[in-house]
Formats: sequence, structure tokens, C-alpha cells
Amino acid sequence: MIPVGWYLILGAVLFLIGALGFFIKRNMIALLLSIEIMLNAVNLTFVAFSAQHAQISGQVFVFFVLVVAASEAAVGLALVIAIFRNRESLNVDRSNLLKW
Amino acid sequence: MMQTIFFVFAAVAVGAAINVLVQKHVMYSALSLILMLTAVSVLFILLRADFLAVIQVIIYAGAIMVLFVFVIMLLNLPQDEDGADRLWWLKFLGIPLGLFFLFLVIATLWNVESSVDTRAGISGSAGAIGHSLFTDFLLPFEATSLLILIALMGAVVFAKKDL
Repeated sequence: MIPVGWYLILGAVLFLIGALGFFIKRNMIALLLSIEIMLNAVNLTFVAFSAQHAQISGQVFVFFVLVVAASEAAVGLALVIAIFRNRESLNVDRSNLLKW
Repeated sequence: MMQTIFFVFAAVAVGAAINVLVQKHVMYSALSLILMLTAVSVLFILLRADFLAVIQVIIYAGAIMVLFVFVIMLLNLPQDEDGADRLWWLKFLGIPLGLFFLFLVIATLWNVESSVDTRAGISGSAGAIGHSLFTDFLLPFEATSLLILIALMGAVVFAKKDL
């Protein structure tokens, strides 16, 4: 039997890895991949709590998170294409036109 | 038996997630992320969320990651420029702060009542999720369709060369 806490700790570790990647990596696509890791960690936590409380709502929320992740990936990658076309680089430090 | 499966696939998920960060080229990161998504879908099956496990593989690993891989190959990226940035010291600040965050989260999770049997829960079949989606969550579900429409138009507007 697997306690719920194990799933929660695994979710926390995965979220930490995603957050670290978001801060460490400079490539825009790598940042989007890190966001996907974080969303998956949250999904795992949702499903674990859904199983613990025997309620289906948690799994429905995972469905919504999935939809948001899909739209985020589509818009984010379109932005990546647009930025790469103008800058010839995906380094987030180079895209500082709006920086004061 | 269940615990063995859990540990194996949890290790695969964590290892693949770390590999996403370690790899220099984004392409290998994306492929490693697909491995992580598959491992997480196995954990969903262990939690009896069958429908989510299936759409995790079909939509996440199948559709979203194909989009990523497609863009990576389309752009013909230059080599990773990770080392050349100004904020290199953030790495050494970020890792201790991240570990502190992990400590806080685990300290919180320690108090969660974790003795409950996860196998006695509900089964997340497509029918159960669909029923909940079309009764309790009907309005968010319809809002979701609007969100997808907006994302679709936004992606077209951003990616088009001259509109």
C-alpha cells in the first residue's frame, strides 16, 4: 500500500526541479519545458489528494490544468518563433527591450 | 509489488526531470521530458486515475511535446548560450533557496494525514470524469473552450510574419 504522502513528496520534488530549471536555464524553450515539469508535479498532487478524499473533482481539475498547459505551450511557442525571427537568439537575457 | 512499481517510476520521473535540466541541447531536454510524462502517467494508473493516465500520454506526450519538438527542429537553434549570461551567481543562490523551499514543502506535507489507503478511492474512469465535467463543472468546461479558441487565435497572430 502506498501512502498519499509519498506522492505528495514526489510532487514537491518534481516541482522543485521545475522551479530550479526555470531559474537556471536561459533558453526560452527550456523555460517552457520547466513549466511543464511544474504543471505535472501539481497534477500529481491533485490526483493524489483526489484519491485520498475519494472525490473526482481533483481529477477534473487536472483536466483543466492540461487544457491550460496546451494553450500555454501553443502561445508560448508562437512567441518563441516570433522572438527568434527578430533576434536570432533565444537567450532570455537578450530580450530586454522593455527593460528599464 | 505496488511499492516497487511506485519507487521505480518515481525514480524514473525524478531522473528524467533532472536530465531535462542537465542536457545542453533543448532537443534532448524535450525527449527526456517525454520520458518523465510517461512515468507520471504510470503513477496516475497506480492512483486509479485511468482516464488521466491515457490523456497524459495522448495529449501531453503525444500532442504538446510534438509541438515542442516541431518548433525546436523548425528553428535550427544555435548552441546553448547558458554560460554567457550576466546572472551566473543566481545559480549558486538559487540552489540553496530551492532546497529551503523543498524543506518548507516537506515540513508542511509531514502533517498531512497520509495513512489513508489510496487504493480504496474512486476510480477515475472516463465516464465518472465526464459526468462530473458536464454537471458540476459545466461552466468552467465551456470557459475552457473559449480559452482554447483565444489561444488558437493568439498563436496564429504571434507566429504569422506580417499580419
